[in-house]
Amino acid sequence: MPDYQNIFTRIQVDVPAYAGAPLPAGSGGGEREVKPFLVHLLGRIGDAQVGPIYLGWTGVTSAVCFLIAFEIIGLNMLASVNWDPVQFVRQLFWLALEPPPPAYGLSIPPLNEGGWWLMAGFFLTTSLILWNIRMYRRARAHGMGTHVAWAFSAAIWLYLVLGFIRPIAMGSWGEAVPFGIFPHLDWTAAFSIRYGNLFYNPFHCLSIAFLYGSALLFAMHAGTILATTRYGAERELEQIAHRGTAAERGALFWRWTMGFNATMESIHRWAWWFAVLTPLTGGIGILLTGTVVDNWYLWGIEHGMVPSYPAVVPAAIDPTLATGAAP
Amino acid sequence: MSTLRAVRAAQGLSIALMVVALAGCEIPATQKDQSGYRGTGLVNVQNPRIVAEQRAAIKIPAALPRVPSVGPPASAVYQNVQVLGDLSVGEFARLMVSITAWVSPEQGCNYCHISDNLASDAVYTKVVARRMLQMTQQINSEWNVHVAATGVNCYTCHRGQPVPGQVWFKEVDNVRSSFAGNRAGQNMVGTAVGTASLPSDPFSAFLEGSTEIRGMSTTALPTGNRASIKQAEWTFGLMMHMSTSLGVNCTYCHNSRSFNEWDESRAQRTPAWHAIRMVREINNDYLNPLVGVFPTNRLGPSGDVAKVNCGTCHQGVYKPLFGTPMLVDHPELAGPGATSSAAINTPSPVPAQSVDPAAEPAADPAAIPAVEPLPQPVVEPPVS
Repeated sequence: MPDYQNIFTRIQVDVPAYAGAPLPAGSGGGEREVKPFLVHLLGRIGDAQVGPIYLGWTGVTSAVCFLIAFEIIGLNMLASVNWDPVQFVRQLFWLALEPPPPAYGLSIPPLNEGGWWLMAGFFLTTSLILWNIRMYRRARAHGMGTHVAWAFSAAIWLYLVLGFIRPIAMGSWGEAVPFGIFPHLDWTAAFSIRYGNLFYNPFHCLSIAFLYGSALLFAMHAGTILATTRYGAERELEQIAHRGTAAERGALFWRWTMGFNATMESIHRWAWWFAVLTPLTGGIGILLTGTVVDNWYLWGIEHGMVPSYPAVVPAAIDPTLATGAAP
Repeated sequence: MSTLRAVRAAQGLSIALMVVALAGCEIPATQKDQSGYRGTGLVNVQNPRIVAEQRAAIKIPAALPRVPSVGPPASAVYQNVQVLGDLSVGEFARLMVSITAWVSPEQGCNYCHISDNLASDAVYTKVVARRMLQMTQQINSEWNVHVAATGVNCYTCHRGQPVPGQVWFKEVDNVRSSFAGNRAGQNMVGTAVGTASLPSDPFSAFLEGSTEIRGMSTTALPTGNRASIKQAEWTFGLMMHMSTSLGVNCTYCHNSRSFNEWDESRAQRTPAWHAIRMVREINNDYLNPLVGVFPTNRLGPSGDVAKVNCGTCHQGVYKPLFGTPMLVDHPELAGPGATSSAAINTPSPVPAQSVDPAAEPAADPAAIPAVEPLPQPVVEPPVS
């Protein structure tokens, strides 16, 4: 019989570690590793108890694949500064593992011409998918819904569109994203520039709306719950049917503020869908770029998205049109 | 008491963190001048402090008094005068003294000449200088689409130094042939491209080679344009170099909602387009052929000569030396065979559309505004 584990408070209780509720027989792998211990500082931001953790074959293989990808990327970065650890640290944000040149198409290139990138991508993808399977199986074993795994699938969808599905559709690994901090941001800017300004891509618009909406909903919900903590906001279900409770105060606050309120249940569906739709719509927008639409600005003109402004300053003249010279 | 101390320490820490965060800001605040229709983001951003420093750094040597174009030509008096032979002896001597002030004020005449035989080509710098004179005349006579009537002389690039401050050599990439660590020409602190991780040598491809710069499609739907995102990164790198070299933001030339559309761009984009072709010609026709002339210590790591890019002339300013006319006192540099005052009054015509609205030469750099003003006030469209 599971007992009550969490109360809505910042007080840390220093008690012997708890191994967690036993799982029903036949639910698959209830064994947990690592002797649990308490860390006070972690207790400031979360639960002070670390472990035990369930490993399982999906967890172990996911971690191994991630480590392989991490090492391929990191060692290539280190090699790119001639194995100089000082330059590795100084330039870390600039370094990257680059996908193959477009000339290789979808063939397998030599290691240092993008082969390492393909290999890192394979292991990272395997790691992410295994981790998703692991989350799905853990949720099932605990008798939970599988919402978290499906949400992670949405993120994997965007990741696969960028690095796998769209490059295949375009016929070139070179269309994919480099592994690196600034390089992947430069790639993003270059992607938008090459395809005529991604801001005129309607799915990009949707993705931004869901992204900003996610942040807004997150702040609204977290703010509401923290603000009603003093009335026992964590006891949502017990409170829903009663007057003057945290649940009712939070709901009435929003109804009086903006005329409408989500419920204790629906606010989590709002948040889940906004978060999930961010990469889902974003991935669709990326997948359409270059495959279906080649210049979003011109597409926007054709579909009435682009306003025209009065010409108040002299415009440039394309010299290649003026002189007939080669561009 | 200890709680109070902890709170004060936390306050102190947050103030310190805010100061650190603000260190990324420019002080004083930048000056922003509207350069297009409202709402389009067409704004020129300049930092008044940096502009003041750049202005103060300009120390153009005073022009020597003009001498009459009389007497025998230099070629009749001196030996081995291959480029400036048509000048009178007086004009020739005046230019030689001016070049010394522009290029080698500390080293003097002997930086190029052997003192007891001025005609000798034994010093390599004299051979280079001759080619540079031809280059200057070529720029001033054939590239008015870029330099307009302002023109260039040696000081535009050299600024009192034998080697101009901003030149480029080809990059040497050691790890490309290794088994790992291929940077693909990018992914390092690219000082030439605004410290971005973009391709760090866009010059070999675009300012020496004639690699296609444009990559965006001219049709909304795919019609066979195979330009890749990587190509866009190379173009991006070149544009970052232009932006840094001219001390301007993207919207100095482009309307950022479509970098490709010419009728959305400002007129400044046209002379910039010509500049790229001009720089290619300078590098290929004037500098690269001198590779056998320079001593090894003047060559780059792969044995190439120092070459020019936008920064060589512009040095962080939207117009070199804030548009100070460089040709007005030296008509002999206006073109091959140009003499005396003829070239002053009749500068080569410039196509009307590509004229920079503020291209009118102003003699005093301090009188030139930091940013070009709008040619006309921005007016609301008539309500229909």
